[in-house]
Amino acid sequence: MKRFRIVSLIVITLSLIISACGGTVATTVAPPEPTTATGAPTAAPAEPTTPPAVSDTLNLYAWSEYVPQQMLDDFTTKYGIKVNYDTYSSNEEMLAKLQAGASGYDVIIPSDYTVAIMIKQDMLEQIDVTKLSNFGNLDPRFTNRDYDPGNKYTIPYQWGTSGMIYDKTTVPSEPKSWSDLWDPAYKGRLVLLDDEREVMGMALRVLGFDPNTTNEDELNQAEQKLIELKPNILKFDSDAPETAIISGEAFAGMVYNGNASLALAEDPNVVYICPTEGCSIWFDNLAVPKGAPHKDAAMLFLDWVLDKNESVLITVEFPYSNPNKAALEYLKTYDPTVYETYMSFSGTNPDDAFLAKTSPIVDVGDATTIYDNLWTDFLSR
Amino acid sequence: MSEKKPSLWIRIYSFFVYGFIYAPILILIIFSFNTQKLNIHWEGFTLHWYNVLFADKQIFLATRNTLMIALISTIVATIIGTLAALAMHRYRFPLYNASETVMYIPIVIPEVVMGISLLVFFVMIKTTLGLTTITLSHIAFNIPFVALVVRARLHGYDKAIDEAAMDLGANEFTTFRRITLPTIMPGVLSGAMLALTLSLDDYVITYFTAGPGSTTLPLRVFSMVKTAVTPEINALSTLWVMIIFILLVIGQIAQRRRV
Repeated sequence: MKRFRIVSLIVITLSLIISACGGTVATTVAPPEPTTATGAPTAAPAEPTTPPAVSDTLNLYAWSEYVPQQMLDDFTTKYGIKVNYDTYSSNEEMLAKLQAGASGYDVIIPSDYTVAIMIKQDMLEQIDVTKLSNFGNLDPRFTNRDYDPGNKYTIPYQWGTSGMIYDKTTVPSEPKSWSDLWDPAYKGRLVLLDDEREVMGMALRVLGFDPNTTNEDELNQAEQKLIELKPNILKFDSDAPETAIISGEAFAGMVYNGNASLALAEDPNVVYICPTEGCSIWFDNLAVPKGAPHKDAAMLFLDWVLDKNESVLITVEFPYSNPNKAALEYLKTYDPTVYETYMSFSGTNPDDAFLAKTSPIVDVGDATTIYDNLWTDFLSR
Repeated sequence: MSEKKPSLWIRIYSFFVYGFIYAPILILIIFSFNTQKLNIHWEGFTLHWYNVLFADKQIFLATRNTLMIALISTIVATIIGTLAALAMHRYRFPLYNASETVMYIPIVIPEVVMGISLLVFFVMIKTTLGLTTITLSHIAFNIPFVALVVRARLHGYDKAIDEAAMDLGANEFTTFRRITLPTIMPGVLSGAMLALTLSLDDYVITYFTAGPGSTTLPLRVFSMVKTAVTPEINALSTLWVMIIFILLVIGQIAQRRRV
């Protein structure tokens, strides 16, 4: 009897605690707080009329340091929709989370190859771009790409390239092609992205093969070629490869255009090129995952991001390339210094000759295993 | 017993051990005051990054989430863990050894396994992931730690004291409140401190159970590092190290206190 009483007491206490706790947590999430998220209402509203939205929340799932806070605050001010900005650190992380069944996100920003996978697995909602009044602001060179023909599921958010960086004061002679990096003069002086597809792709390009090949023989040759490069490699770094260039530890390397922009800001001797063999181009895209709870808010948000007054904030804050032509035009008056830097640098505004040499890295399906194995073998040598 | 002074070698050795542990943290703290954005080498002193940090709305929201989850999960896990430890101490029941082992499995199980299982479970029962699921998960992994610490405190606890109290007319609840709880309080407090620190910096389980609007500080920092380590992250880490350090000191004091 005594024991039973204590047990039931514990059970009752616990259930009270748990329900009370669940209650507090739930209530802190649930209430819409249009008044708390005021922000600074600086940017002028683009359209005079405000379309009605039923939802009061928008759940954005994207990289950190990728969406300007100002843009989100302006959105909340205009539509009264609160934006939850949650972050992931890789496409794979986001994909794994959504595949496991995590729901509730309204807008995500996957990269091109991830978009292709997600379309194939029916994970994205269709978008009617004719309903987006600002879709015409996009540069037609960056819409209707192979990973999403006709922009049925995505719209480009930012784009960039993975090219060659070098400091013209430290290199033995200015490199023009990837194959120049095999020169023994670069011994221990190269920094490469820690990315098997990019680095293997470079070796495949040097050998004259398709950087997205699934031919095992070509891939084996590429690994052999990379092994020859090994003495020259200082390190693999995808997060901050520019630091090795700025500090002078590395003379040249392979980086994303964003890294190159950061490097240029610190060191005016930095040069960023797409070597003669070619380099890769990438796109990050706005998309709406299947089952998004606030689709109406998501559509408003997509159009909001395309608005030139808002899109310009992205380019002022982040060092990548903006596919929004109208926004870049507006940047000229909005911030002439940033505009000048953006336009004159090959990392942010590559010319047509540069772009002609670019090609995307695409998902290779089952051949990924071959890449994985060769890459692991290469790293262990 | 006379206290011997450690030999020179032990002192030198200890110096290196502590240096190995704390030198990186010290460097991190120093570089939070660096003027150079890419933080490669020292350029000059500034408090700029602390201003950036305090103006960062996303960091603020993440901090709020983290603290809320940590506080609630600590309180609940401490109560459940303490009661569990008391029950294990007081009673013998069928499957006693088995239930004791099962209780401590979450301590040794890899976090990834626990995270995935919780994610699958929450998705299966159709819960929307968010602050609630993170809090429940933190309670789940904190209970065994609290129970372990409280049980250590209970070791050698003389049941005769409780019986004496009841002989003198106290009922069970009064006995618990006036006798048992004060005696094990240091254990309960240090268990709570342990739970709090574990909850504050958990990444793996939180990652799996997080949903819209529930990004915590560790999740935020991890994705910030992906783009570039700016001194803002150093500044944030510096504050974090300070908070954890203070909490640990409080925990130590609580454990040392004898009633």
